[in-house]
Amino acid sequence: MTLIPGKARPLMTDRELLIADAFVELADTLVDDFDLVEFLSTVVDRAVTLVGAQAGGIMLSDQRGGLEVLASSSHATRLVELFEVQNDEGPCLDAFRTGRAVTRDSPAEMRASWPGFTPRLAEAGFASAQAVPMRLRNEVIGALNVFRAEPGPLTDAEMKLVRALADVATVGILQQRAVSASSMLAEQLQSALHSRVLIEQAKGIIAERAGTDIDSAFDMIRSHARRTGAPLRAVVARVIDGSLRPPLG
Amino acid sequence: MLPHPPGTGGVRTARILAGLAAGGPASGWPRALVESCRDSTSVSGVGLALMSPDGVGGTVAVSGALAQRMEDLQFALGEGPCREAARSGAPVLVPDVRATGPHRWPAFAAGALEDGVRAVFTFPLQVGVAGIGVLDLYRGSRGELTDEQLSCAGSYADAATAVLLHLQDADGSAFRAGADPSSGGDGDRDDPPLPPALADAVGRRAVVLQAAGMVSVQLDTSPDVALVRLRAHAFTAERPLLEVAADVVARRLRFDDSEAGTSTTPRPPPGDPDPREGPSPHD
Repeated sequence: MTLIPGKARPLMTDRELLIADAFVELADTLVDDFDLVEFLSTVVDRAVTLVGAQAGGIMLSDQRGGLEVLASSSHATRLVELFEVQNDEGPCLDAFRTGRAVTRDSPAEMRASWPGFTPRLAEAGFASAQAVPMRLRNEVIGALNVFRAEPGPLTDAEMKLVRALADVATVGILQQRAVSASSMLAEQLQSALHSRVLIEQAKGIIAERAGTDIDSAFDMIRSHARRTGAPLRAVVARVIDGSLRPPLG
Repeated sequence: MLPHPPGTGGVRTARILAGLAAGGPASGWPRALVESCRDSTSVSGVGLALMSPDGVGGTVAVSGALAQRMEDLQFALGEGPCREAARSGAPVLVPDVRATGPHRWPAFAAGALEDGVRAVFTFPLQVGVAGIGVLDLYRGSRGELTDEQLSCAGSYADAATAVLLHLQDADGSAFRAGADPSSGGDGDRDDPPLPPALADAVGRRAVVLQAAGMVSVQLDTSPDVALVRLRAHAFTAERPLLEVAADVVARRLRFDDSEAGTSTTPRPPPGDPDPREGPSPHD
């Protein structure tokens, strides 16, 4: 494969400034059809360019607890990272599993960590690898990693930048969900709010009718639902319309 | 703040979300959002509340004590700009509470003015036609929001919508379902509960809903009407609604059809005077 010729690393300045720049790009895609893969590819390209790397990729957890490649700076990287998953080893996997940044600064270090994977990396001309986890809430949902032809660590500022771009990628995922799943979530939220209110009211009704405290009233409602196999919300609705009264047989 | 000229609403919303995401775990986002909104729009206080179009909900985050008092006031009274915004789905802009407030929300306007609030700007949080909450801006000085502030507040409202949905999707299932339509559908017979970060908003006021249930039995009416009676009692007695509700639940206060409307005579509930003293007859 051809590597991107080594470039002078851009001077790192303000992390927020860089995030903001990346977000201007994000916002352009938000307006109409937000394409998550396209956006993540942009983030990867930025990460690669800004830290003077030759390749990079973003992997996200799939539904079976594995990782899948969502974006990469080149087709060749995609192949490499597919091996990463197949071999059960590599920087993205380590960052994903540990929730910590992974840095291997030389072929020897890489080999020690990933004996099966490193020969593929060496073949592609990479001498060092870094990865950072992507976090959504308390959960690690994936990782962003870069490969470089030259050995040695990234500077602190560069690592910060890679982390910042991983944050940006995570928010892109958040945004995509806001677009694709928001109506469903909004209805879910409305309905959860509504049932919570009805449950509290029903507790009060049963407590008053049965002369118990609130907690006992809730126990009665719940065990009635369990005994009769009726959904809680149906039991609650009958308590409120008055058709179900204590004793709740 | 970021050293960038103000961009379009979408850019700003994305930046707000980026700042939240980089700042800490999602449970802290609502609070961070209202504080940042207060600073960016130069108002005195900001509150974020869950609220369905029928006015049911709870405060998720406030920027400080003033916003907390204003949110509580509107909940206690059952009136105010936030309920109107939730019901109508349109922003409610009140640049001069003294001039327009008393006609629209007499009790709220009086309470707000007494607390030094001169302007209120409320933005509904909408997803399509579904209203899920409101973002309330309170300011100690009267006057319109500038165009810039108005657009900024709108971006914060959009960001707040995304944050509430994000918290609602606490386990990420909607995202995964979105990524793969074949997944999901776990045969849910019940509505999914509110996630902890949002359940607290309702939980703090649960005692009022429970009391409404009890009073609805006492007055043989609906819980909604009972809640109106509770609010009216708290207002005329000049007591906090939460306190009145707690009295009802503890059976220190009953509602009846007497002229006074209430009695404080303890009346032993029928059947089971104190469930703590023996095994429950329902076991």
